[in-house]
Amino acid sequence: MAHVTTATDVSGSWAGGLKPYKASYGKLMMWFFLMSDAFTFSTLLLVYGTLRFSAEKDWANPETVFTHFPGLTEYFHIHPPLAFVGLMTFILIASSVTMVLAVEAGTRFDRKKVEFYMILTIIGGIMFVSCQGYEWFNFIVGSEWGGMQLPNGSVITIHSPALYDAISAAGLVLEDGVKIPGQLLAGLDPAVFEIKLLTNNADLMKTTGMGSGELVNGAVAQQVLSQGGVWFKGANLHMNEYSQNPAFADLFFFITGFHGSHVASGVAINYIIYDNVGRGKYDKLGHYEMVEKVGLYWHFVDLVWVFVFTFFYLV
Amino acid sequence: MSSVGVQDGGAAHRKSIWITFWILFIITIAEFIVAFAMERGPLRNVLFVVMTLAKAFFIVGEFMHLRHEVRDLMLTVILPLLFVVWFITVCLVEGSWYLSGWFAFLGQ
Repeated sequence: MAHVTTATDVSGSWAGGLKPYKASYGKLMMWFFLMSDAFTFSTLLLVYGTLRFSAEKDWANPETVFTHFPGLTEYFHIHPPLAFVGLMTFILIASSVTMVLAVEAGTRFDRKKVEFYMILTIIGGIMFVSCQGYEWFNFIVGSEWGGMQLPNGSVITIHSPALYDAISAAGLVLEDGVKIPGQLLAGLDPAVFEIKLLTNNADLMKTTGMGSGELVNGAVAQQVLSQGGVWFKGANLHMNEYSQNPAFADLFFFITGFHGSHVASGVAINYIIYDNVGRGKYDKLGHYEMVEKVGLYWHFVDLVWVFVFTFFYLV
Repeated sequence: MSSVGVQDGGAAHRKSIWITFWILFIITIAEFIVAFAMERGPLRNVLFVVMTLAKAFFIVGEFMHLRHEVRDLMLTVILPLLFVVWFITVCLVEGSWYLSGWFAFLGQ
């Protein structure tokens, strides 16, 4: 076929060979993927926000629920609210810093430093996933003596073994979902009552002077429980001891689980690239851009956690 | 993103990375203080959103290097996310409407 030259002049950008936005194909595609993932996480947090805003009374305040800290809770019975989650945030941000330092070392072809910072990032990721596992474990197992869901929509946690033992002694077997009748509770000695309110039940808080997350005991507590309630310990996809709405647990598992799976896959990907760096693959290739690309993914994971942390644990 | 032409071996870049880390750390501490010191309410939530967006700005701008990229790449990332912000606002309004609508349905 004869090559026909036309009068049109293909020049400038149309001549080809240029990168859009001066970014390589791989880097652009990573940004596009991160955008789509951002939409997915946004919708999950949106659902959380919408359900939470529409459930005023029967949604536990997160600082009353997430109070475990490894070591402190098991041996000293200290329940610092949200402290462990703060530690997890710090670990993930620190691993983000080591990742960006690895990327920076890659631009200078400092292979040893890239390996050093990447292994720190991988360790940070593994620590985060382990912490998340600890959170899930304590969430699923629940508090020591369980909690009760009251007819007026509030949720309380039983805070002393005395009440638990007194109910059992009265002949009721405490298993998940069992109804504790108000008369049984009214007949007990007020001294055994020690409970904590998890939800924001404004009328209840006004009449009893009880604040969310505060311990209440004695006759006031007995009054609060005068209508009886449903006992539950721990959490599963159908019921949980933190809220009368199963969505509280469902969303916890889904959002933190989806994010945790991103961290885990990020750790795996980081390890593969770390291995490649060790083999000198990117020195041979002439650029450390792969480190930059997985760095983008890792920072995205950190960014999502920042949003999950704020909207799930703080608000 | 090569360092050709950088005279100091990347030290200034590393310094800005560590400064960003400390900024993120301080904002997180501030978020905790607001969480425990303020009563639940719209002002507290607005503060949270502002601080979280500030953290996002630093993570995306500095760690993901978006601030130093070509302007149009920045817009490609930021403009769709503005739509997401609108979506969030709308759904929160819907959610609070569900609350009042639900009680009206129950006749309370």
